[in-house]
Order: sequence, then C-alpha cells, then structure tokens
Amino acid sequence: MINATYTIALMGNPNTGKSTLFNVLTGLRQHTGNWPGKTVTHAEGEFVYRGIAYRIVDLPGTYSLYSNSADEEVARDFLLFERPNITIVVVDATALERNLNLVLQVLEMTDRVIVAINLIDEAKKKGIRINTKKLATKLGVPVVPMSARNKEGIDELLKTVDAFVHGQLHPTPIAVPYSVEIEQSIAKLLPLVKEIVGDDYPARWVALRLLDGDTSLLSALNQQPPRLTKEEAPYACCGSVKSV
Amino acid sequence: MHVADRSNLFDRLMEEAQSLAPADTREQIVTAIFQTSAALCRETVTNAPKAAKDHTLQIDRIVTSRRWGFVIMLAMLAAVLYMTIAGANVLSESLAHLFGWVEQYLTLLFQAVHAPHWLYGLLVLGLYRGTAWVVSVMLPPMAIFFPVFALLENYGYLPRVAFNLDRLFKKAGAHGKQALTMAMGFGCNAAAVISTRIIESPRERTLAILTNSFVPCNGRWPTLILLSSLFMAAGYTGSWNTLVTAAVVVAMVLFGIIVTLTVSWVLSKTALRGIPTHYTLELPPYRRPKIAETVIRATLDKTWYVLKRAVTVAAPAGVITWVLGNVPIGDTTALSAFAGWLDPFAKTIGLDGYILMAFLLGLPANEIVLPVLLMGYLSAGALTEIDSLHSLKHIFLAHGWTWLTALNMMLFSLLHYPCGTTLVNIYKETKSTKWTFVAFALPTAIAVAVTFTTARLARWLGLV
Repeated sequence: MINATYTIALMGNPNTGKSTLFNVLTGLRQHTGNWPGKTVTHAEGEFVYRGIAYRIVDLPGTYSLYSNSADEEVARDFLLFERPNITIVVVDATALERNLNLVLQVLEMTDRVIVAINLIDEAKKKGIRINTKKLATKLGVPVVPMSARNKEGIDELLKTVDAFVHGQLHPTPIAVPYSVEIEQSIAKLLPLVKEIVGDDYPARWVALRLLDGDTSLLSALNQQPPRLTKEEAPYACCGSVKSV
Repeated sequence: MHVADRSNLFDRLMEEAQSLAPADTREQIVTAIFQTSAALCRETVTNAPKAAKDHTLQIDRIVTSRRWGFVIMLAMLAAVLYMTIAGANVLSESLAHLFGWVEQYLTLLFQAVHAPHWLYGLLVLGLYRGTAWVVSVMLPPMAIFFPVFALLENYGYLPRVAFNLDRLFKKAGAHGKQALTMAMGFGCNAAAVISTRIIESPRERTLAILTNSFVPCNGRWPTLILLSSLFMAAGYTGSWNTLVTAAVVVAMVLFGIIVTLTVSWVLSKTALRGIPTHYTLELPPYRRPKIAETVIRATLDKTWYVLKRAVTVAAPAGVITWVLGNVPIGDTTALSAFAGWLDPFAKTIGLDGYILMAFLLGLPANEIVLPVLLMGYLSAGALTEIDSLHSLKHIFLAHGWTWLTALNMMLFSLLHYPCGTTLVNIYKETKSTKWTFVAFALPTAIAVAVTFTTARLARWLGLV
C-alpha cells in the first residue's frame, strides 16, 4: 500500500461520469465500503503520477451541498473536515448550467478546485461549444475539458493536479453575489462565526449555511473536536476511513 | 464541560443567524446561484442554432411558467377529458346496441331449448347483462383516455406537471416529489404508494402515502366520467353537454388535489411536523413518442387490464348478486336486506344502501364498484334491456337518483378509502399497522364528512 501524500476528492452531479473518471485514474487499486454510520457507498483508490502518490475519494453524486440527504452530508463533511488537497468537480458538458450550481457551491467551501468538464464529446455532437479558457478565467480555477469514457483529457487533468500540488497555480475563485439583504446579514454574522467556529472553516460559507438554518451543519461542527493547530495534517483520518 | 460550552455557543450562533436571516433566505440563495450559473453559461457556451435542447427549453419557458403553467395544465386535462367523453358517448351507444341485439338472440336461444327460468335469469339476466353493461360503459372511456394520457406522458409532460405543483406541495409542508407520486396515483394508487420510495424523508413519505388515494386512479376514472356525463350536464345538449361533463370531472380532479394539499398541510402542522426538504427535478427533453406503439401499449396494458379485472370480478359478482337478489329472506331478498340495512346511514350522506354496498364489496378493486352497483339494481327487479345509455340513466332514476346522488357518489369515489391492494402496499411500505389504519380511516372520514355536508347543504338550500 502506498503512503499517499495528497488527497483528492471527486465530486459532481449524479450521472456525470464521475465514477468512470475514478476508474480510469485508479484502475484496480480501489477499496469500497460504507461511510461510517451511513448507508452511503464509499469508494477510494490510489494512483501515482510523476512520483507522487495520491489518494482519491469518490464522493456520492449530489446536486447541492445543502445537506438535504445523507449523500449531501457525506460530501459536505468530507470537504469540511477531511479538507482534501484538491477537489475535482466533474460536470456534464451537455448540461453545464445546472452542473455549475454545484461548482459554485464547492468554490464557496474551498479554492483548491479543478473543474473537469466531462462528456465533451457528447456536447460536441449536440452542437454545444464551451469556451473553457474563458470559463476558467471567470470561475478563477482551472477548467479541463475531457471525455473520461474515451480517456481524452486525462493527461491534462493530471498535469493540472501536479501543477496544483507544486504550488504553481493560484486560484481566485468567483464569489456568488447574493442579494443586498443576504450580503448584509453575512457581514453582520461573520465576526461571531469567526469567534465561535474559528478560522479553520470557510467563514463566509458557514455564515451562509447558518442563515439558511442548516442545523445539520452545526451538529456536525459540534461533533468535530476543535482543531488545535493549523499544521495538523488534513488527511489525518485517512487510515481509519480505509480500515472501515 | 468544554463540549457543553461549545453547544451553548453554537446555539447562540444559530439564534443570531436566524434573527438576521430573511424569511425567504433559501429562495434568495438559490436564485443568486442559478443566476450566476446562467450568466457564466451565457458568456462561455454557444449552442448550435438547431440544438434539440433549445426547443425543449423554449417550450418549458411557457408550460412551467408561473403565469401559464396551471392554465395549460388544466386546459390539457380538460381537452383529454373532452375527447374521452365525446368519443365515449358514441362508442358506448353503439356497444349497448350491439349487446342488446345479441341478447335478443340469446333469449330466443334459451326459449328454443326450453331452458328453465332460473337458468335464463342466472346466465342472461345476471351474467350476460351485467357483463355487457360493464363493458359498454367502461370500455369506451378507457379506450380513449388511457392512450391519450399515455401519449402526453411519453411526450414528457408529466415531469412538468410535477414541476408546476412542486411550489404548492412545498407550501403545504410536503416534499415536492409528492407531486410526482401523486401523478403516478392518477394511474394506480397501489403503484404510486411504492413509488413514494423516491422520497427520502420518512415524514414526507408518510404524507405522500396517506394522501395518495385522493386522486382518481384507473379504476375510478370510468365512474367519474360516466356519472358526470349522465347527470351533471343533463340540461345541456350537443358539445355543450360534453364540455360541462369534462368541466365537472376536471373540477373533481382539482378538488382531489386541493384535499391532498389541505390534508398534507394539516398533517405537516400536527402529527407529521417538519420543514420540507429541497430536491432537484431533472426535466427530460421532450420526445415525440412512437405514436402507434404508445397507443397499442396503453390499450393492451391499461385498458385491457382494467377491463379484464372488472369483468373477471364483475361476472361472478353478477351471478352472486343475481342469486342474492333472488334468495328470499322473509318477504324480501338477501341483497335488498343488506342494502336496506345500510340505507339509513347511506341516505344521510346522500347515497343509498346499494351504492354503499357497492363501495364495500368494491374494496378489493375500485373497478368493480360500478359493476356491483349495476348488478344490485338490475337484480332488484328493475330489469332494463340494454339498448342505450338512456336506459342506464333510467335504472338510476328508478332507484331515486338525483344529480345530488350522482355528485355524492363521485365525491365518495374520489375521497374514500384506498382499495385493498393499495392498503396491502401501504402496510408493506410503512411496516406499521397504525399508519395503514390511518390511511384507511382518514380518507373514509373525509369522504363521509364531505358527502354529508354536500347532502345537507343541497337540501338546506332547497336544490333538491
């Protein structure tokens, strides 16, 4: 077993080819089971690229991160508590608008994101063209067009991952502009969030979730032992998860 | 102690957040995200002009709009029912003629072989006449309604219906997906109860299960359509008659949906308290269905299935009711004794003993309520030859029916307890005797209350 240095989370709407990409990247080096205490399938695997070992976790497919279901809670908690080094959001090129909703939500939680636009071949057939460079500029994170099924774009994706972990990329994620009313409430709530929840979590996002009345987030935060040092390895629970 | 402190702090944080949050926070958040996604796509995505998705999007802009969504939905339903009723009238007449013509020869045959009177009564007046009535009354509306409905379904219109209704269900404290399971209920409540598995939250799922039988299923459409066309539009002629009939059935469906929403709302405020969860509903692209195939499938699968169920149950029921109707108990028959026993209660809710008996005997399947009722009436002496639908109305009139009786039977049919199959499924899905009982008792109570009120109100207002 490889001692993985970096953790990658795979996210995306259902039916975007997320698992296809997962299989292409990991081959047979996968473990599957359940998330502790949940009836949600957990799959993770490993791969090595340019001498660096990666652990990759295939999160359940979700449309949002609003903790509507066990799937969404698992995905949210992983981003929040396990803090993967890179999150790859797989989107369906033929339904980009709907898929971007999730991307925008992920960008509120972390800036270490690569957007993988999958099914690009199908989109071409339907006459849909996506200006990925422009999209990357707008989103403020790398965007990679690909077709996981035909193994197209995999190499570019891996190069982007490599550039990320070598600190060659400087993401400046887009912030969704909310209504004046919401923005004011966020501004008022932020100091209290920072005071109580601490700096370890994306404060703006936490504030937004609290305004939305997301009690499941609070109880998740409450169960989490307070982080003592910022240097703590973000993938510390790696072993325990695997052994499940 | 440390943990307790954290808990308190978190509670304070949540309180603070809730005092700051606008009432429609979720709507505002989702709107902002959707608008940002849309703006990003406008700048980075170009569609080929002839893309099929565009076409879907344009239609959806109209049929799921706040302004037109409901109008179009009602218009569609009315149009489907209008076609059904207009076509069924013609077909039913011809079928009734055909069966009446065949019966003459059957009678001649029985006379020619000098069959005993009881055998003639049992086979021709009981079995044949009962079955013939059921077929000529139920087959035509089903043969038109189901294929047309299936075409609409296969075009992809039903998810749009769910999309439109989603708002209402959320307001009622229920899950938006309940709109989908309700739409399934228009086909079959038993299947719809199983389909509530798509709702994850047990609270919202129970709501969907308990209220599912308030929309008419395959077994009840023919009853609604027939009674409406016989009694509700009596004062009108020609296409006005059809239009009014269709309008009454649409009103029935609307009323069923209103009851669904009201019951959901009341339950979500009382026994099943909670906040509705959100979900994403994918609207599939519109597809032109294979028309011939859809029509044939619908006819074979649904029409034939419902008719077969009605006839296989109705035929023996015809024999049994004929026998019961001719077995003397004192100076009356077993059948009229039972109906007579039910009569006082039935009258207070604007029905009569035979109707209530039909509903009770119809517990296994709603399809047989109308057949059992006809058999009951026919065996009670008012023997009517099948020659036209008018004679069907005469059967009802001979038993003291008014438009109010018809209306109350339609209401009772719409609101009463789910059929046996559905109840079994509810038990299997909830694994709870309590909820199964509620699923039986709640609609029954509502049906009795509504018909009682209607009957009282109509009499009080002097309408009957």
